[in-house]
Amino acid sequence: MTDHHSDIDSVTGKSTTGHEWDGIKELNTPLPRWWVISFYLTIVWAIGYWIVYPAWPLISSNTTGLFGYSSRADVAVELANLEKIRGDKMAVLGAASLADIEKDPALLALARAKGKTVFGDNCAPCHGSGGAGAKGFPNLNDDDWLWGGTLDQIMQTIQFGARSGHAKAHEGQMLAFGKDGVLKGDEIVTVANYVRSLSGLSTRKGFDAAKGEKIFAENCVACHGDGGKGNPEMGAPNLTDKIWLYGSDEASLIETISLGRAGVMPAWEGRLDPATIKAMAVYVHSLGGGK
Amino acid sequence: MNKTVNPNELTSDDDNGPLYVAQKKVYPQSISGTFRRIKWGLMAFCLGVYYFLPFVRWNRGLGAPSQAVLIDLPNSRFYFFFIELWPQEVYYFTGLLIVAAVALFLMNSIGGRIWCGYLCPQTVWTDLFYAVERLVEGDRRERMRKDKSSDPMKLERISEIVLKHSIWLLIAWWTGGAWVLYFNDAPTLVKELVTFQAPMIAYIWIAILTATTYLLAGFMREQVCTYMCPWPRIQAALTDEWALNVTYRYDRGEKRTSVKKAAELRALGEQVGDCVDCYQCVAVCPTGIDIRNGPQLECIQCGLCIDACDNVMTKIGRPKRLIGYDNDINIQRRQEGKAPVYRIVRARTVAYSAIIAAVGGIMIYTLATRSLLDVNVLHDRNPVAVRLSDGSIRNAYTVRLLNKSGYDRVVAIDANGPANLTTHVVGIDSVTPDRPMIVIPRDSTSELRLLVTAPAESNPEKSIPVRFHVTDIGLGEVATATDNFVAP
Ligand code: SF4
Ligand code: SF4
Repeated sequence: MTDHHSDIDSVTGKSTTGHEWDGIKELNTPLPRWWVISFYLTIVWAIGYWIVYPAWPLISSNTTGLFGYSSRADVAVELANLEKIRGDKMAVLGAASLADIEKDPALLALARAKGKTVFGDNCAPCHGSGGAGAKGFPNLNDDDWLWGGTLDQIMQTIQFGARSGHAKAHEGQMLAFGKDGVLKGDEIVTVANYVRSLSGLSTRKGFDAAKGEKIFAENCVACHGDGGKGNPEMGAPNLTDKIWLYGSDEASLIETISLGRAGVMPAWEGRLDPATIKAMAVYVHSLGGGK
Repeated sequence: MNKTVNPNELTSDDDNGPLYVAQKKVYPQSISGTFRRIKWGLMAFCLGVYYFLPFVRWNRGLGAPSQAVLIDLPNSRFYFFFIELWPQEVYYFTGLLIVAAVALFLMNSIGGRIWCGYLCPQTVWTDLFYAVERLVEGDRRERMRKDKSSDPMKLERISEIVLKHSIWLLIAWWTGGAWVLYFNDAPTLVKELVTFQAPMIAYIWIAILTATTYLLAGFMREQVCTYMCPWPRIQAALTDEWALNVTYRYDRGEKRTSVKKAAELRALGEQVGDCVDCYQCVAVCPTGIDIRNGPQLECIQCGLCIDACDNVMTKIGRPKRLIGYDNDINIQRRQEGKAPVYRIVRARTVAYSAIIAAVGGIMIYTLATRSLLDVNVLHDRNPVAVRLSDGSIRNAYTVRLLNKSGYDRVVAIDANGPANLTTHVVGIDSVTPDRPMIVIPRDSTSELRLLVTAPAESNPEKSIPVRFHVTDIGLGEVATATDNFVAP
């Protein structure tokens, strides 16, 4: 396509653009004028747009445009408006008692909805997005609670946490009986089997139940209570049920007894406002295990 | 018998023209005749329905809208006389679209672009705008003369133009106004509109539709049909040799001669065509084409050229329908001396009718048996199953109950499965064990969290089907849904 002079196409009688590829010539068929005009208008529009709106990236910022508009600021304004709209409702929530919320279906729905989103943002990393938990992180859907499952107890745990460093946090931990030299290896195996027997799990052949009971009575009853029923005051789990935070097999139990456990639940007071914490408590309570 | 005419000789030479030609103004002449009367009738009917339907009332009882046809966006409801549709039932619209599309195919296989010529909004409003133009500025010749005259604008002419555009705008504005009435209670909205109390969005939509009506029917006109609408091109691919189209019967019309010459030649016993080349068919055509050039993309098949030519034929004492609804097969047959055949019952018309009947039948059936109580169940994914302290297994479900009736209902939920399941709804203390009762307010949806528990002894398998029954305590109406109960 070196030949650039235009000429007339002999077949159609129309002028060509002068472009030719392997003997095929391009007819000069201009675009309709309205189309071309709209095309130029869009270019003009784009230039105006560049100037009026923030568009050009600079080294550490960007041009701000003529009116200082930015979509980020827009979002901020809209979020603020949203907060204002929601503010009234959240104020009602903040003022109501937990029992009142449970009784009012509209408030309950609001608290659950709010609680669900806040849970997703803050609690899901440990407890899972549906509160299913994981090893060491309690499942909030079941009916077993380390620190109690009433609305007030759940609220308190969320507010202050466990071993969180907050002055009102739940304290108490599983001691490291093996590491600290309180129990010897075979004693640990025996008591581990005894604990398994408490919830009806199978025990090792030749396991001495009486010895296990004795070790348990001397070392464990203080926290886990007579018969291992647990104590929510100290976060000591019920050892007779089917729910195990760190696993129920012998190896896991031996590890727990030897090295101890002290999982941390952060305190949310100060990080989330009281109405939000209330909503979260209601949501967690409604997951199905609340008492 | 007429001499055989090669249709190829008839096509004009603009086949090599550009894809787009600048609009040349069309000045359709007024005409009267059968097809014009049909068009007037259909126009009155279509516009009447469009403009006044929102004002038709329909009693649905207290608290429900009393508008016969209403699209209630804020509440996500669609009302059509006795039918009320919820958002989850939009599949009815899918059915409606299928029926509409196939009906278009059916029309097309019977009589070509009947839709374009008589029913399409673009045709109807353009026709109306032309009528206004004719009324204000006069018929074809007058309008052409006025547009051409280089005289400085006289006051009379200016007032004519202003009047025409005012009437156009008035119609366009009323068109936009009628549109928004379908989305709100019409009498209330009209009151709000005139007192400037209506929501902004209503004014915006009126403005948009006023502008589009004014532009499309007043200025773009046949350009919309030729360049913007996809249907002419689809239609061309769908049509077959049996479909009746507005056709110039060239076998009868050619060779064209003047009335006088034709008479002379006929007296000599010579064969002449009936077309007297009077260009009446071209003058009345709203898309400005010459039907005698054969089937054309631009022809919307409005039949006005049939009326025009019929008038001419009557005047010169020749048989009518030199232009008429016909197909190529018959032109061929007539040239071969055979009688024309018309066949409406054909494989494709039967197939289209069958599809319409089937889809329509399904829609009517589902509408008639549509339940006013509905339940949707969604199994919780995280966690799928929970083991409780006594070893029993619990699954959680999000249950959505829909009460589409006009009264509040009390319903009971129970879950049936092989295992001995118990049911509990979060936040509701069951009076009867395992069968929680819930109140669903009329015309609304309730969402619940439902917990289903299998006792430890039952030892359920990995996954067992459960059936949820939602029973209206008063009426006994039952809605069911199935899901699975999963063991950890
Ligand atoms: S050619 Fe005839 S049928 Fe076709 S658009 Fe023109 S007037 Fe209508
Ligand atoms: S109106 Fe009829 S007679 Fe006149 S030009 Fe058209 S086809 Fe020929």
